[in-house]
Amino acid sequence: MAKERPGIGEGRSPRQRASGPGEIVDVGRLDAGFRHEITAEPGGERFMRCFSCGTCVAGCPVAGTTAGRAWAEEYNPRRIIRMALLGMRQEVLSSKFVWMCSTCYTCYERCPQDVHIPEVMNAIRNIAVREGHIPEGFRLQAELLRDHGRLYEITGFENERRVEQGLPPIRERATDVHRILVRSGVVGSGEESEPGEGEP
Amino acid sequence: MKFALYLGCTVPVRAMNYELASRQTARKLGIEFVDVEAFTCCGYPARPLNWEAALLMAANNLALAEEQGLEICTLCSACTGTLAKANKQLQEDKALRERINQRLVETTGRTYGGTIGVRHYARILYEDVGVERLKEMVAEAETGMGDLSAFGFAAHYGCHYLKPADIYEGFDDPENPHTLGDLIEATGARLVPYEEEGECCGGGILAIDQEAALSIAKDKLDHVHVADADGMIVVCPFCDIMYEINQRSIERQFDVDYRLPVLYYPQLLGLALGFTAEEVGLKLNRVKARKLLQAFRKG
Repeated sequence: MAKERPGIGEGRSPRQRASGPGEIVDVGRLDAGFRHEITAEPGGERFMRCFSCGTCVAGCPVAGTTAGRAWAEEYNPRRIIRMALLGMRQEVLSSKFVWMCSTCYTCYERCPQDVHIPEVMNAIRNIAVREGHIPEGFRLQAELLRDHGRLYEITGFENERRVEQGLPPIRERATDVHRILVRSGVVGSGEESEPGEGEP
Repeated sequence: MKFALYLGCTVPVRAMNYELASRQTARKLGIEFVDVEAFTCCGYPARPLNWEAALLMAANNLALAEEQGLEICTLCSACTGTLAKANKQLQEDKALRERINQRLVETTGRTYGGTIGVRHYARILYEDVGVERLKEMVAEAETGMGDLSAFGFAAHYGCHYLKPADIYEGFDDPENPHTLGDLIEATGARLVPYEEEGECCGGGILAIDQEAALSIAKDKLDHVHVADADGMIVVCPFCDIMYEINQRSIERQFDVDYRLPVLYYPQLLGLALGFTAEEVGLKLNRVKARKLLQAFRKG
């Protein structure tokens, strides 16, 4: 038997959490401009074409594996798009779930409306980052890229192992990426750490 | 056949076996790889943070290959997708290219004219060398070692090798792919079908939700395990991290036992072309492919 949903006015205040299953959405807190903000963001252009068919959820590996978890951690692209269309700006931008898309592009291929969902998720993430919502793992990756030009630092140890295998050493060249990331405002300049120009 | 070899971040550090086998097989097949020292990360990890920074990083790498007048050959599928998508955007949208080039000059001093291509090594093997030629080369190879027809492998295509299909000019079918299977069969080994072959490895969310990522990877290991394959064949270092490097963690966390070898396709091809297990870096594989190591050892 299906779990009984809390009635209106019962349980948690909708102002605390306006988007849980069975909880009502407070229209006073909706931001009607959010949909246009997403549409104007590269990758988000097609987002308003969604007619909520759920094809994306049916083929989504993350939705499949997180279904049944507490709703807030569950990944459901249809619901995220619905929330965004409704204008639940703060809930969407501060959520963990917009970061849960694995960018496998299964929904991208199958969506009958060509919403390009992985790109929409990236558009929403870009807006979230500008408002200061960035998961720790992503921030650390950005700092690695800034300092080394790649996700892994290449030290003498790595190059020694490479040469042992008969592979050419890699010379770390971080200046280009450092300039691109700092100039785009993705990360601070990390003054204390100069970009690595490691020896081969 | 001459290409700029684009290694990306993960391959040169965590998948030297893949790089080694790719270089060996390319040499044998008459494909020349040129190393471009100034290549950096493709931009994939920056895309969720800032689209323009990510596009600039991709454009910078494309410009570096263009300076050499060479098409890019990639080994990592995520790099392939990122660079191919950026390439398509910059080739088709002139206004965007002008805007990106303006910032690229300011940050790296380069511009990209939109003249080169980007393809995955497996795609190059399929399209430029061809399955028939590979079969001939395999037949001609004097291995004097093991016989791959005694082995069966499961193909894992992964996501970015195929999708989004609109950046890959009609290469393969994302819902019903066959190229990697054909390439496996060209080595003389059997192709082992299994349930839900199209499933993602979960690598894309490893940094954000490890439990969910490992559980996605576990589903596929379960399916390949019951299909009774001697191993799984991958073409992307992220997929390998999920299925091979994290295999022990998955076994512990879910109390299962796979000990399933995971090989990069060029490793399998290398064995078929007469290289020893050592020469294709099989000793570097985390899950030991005991049967293969025994069959393809030196001497």
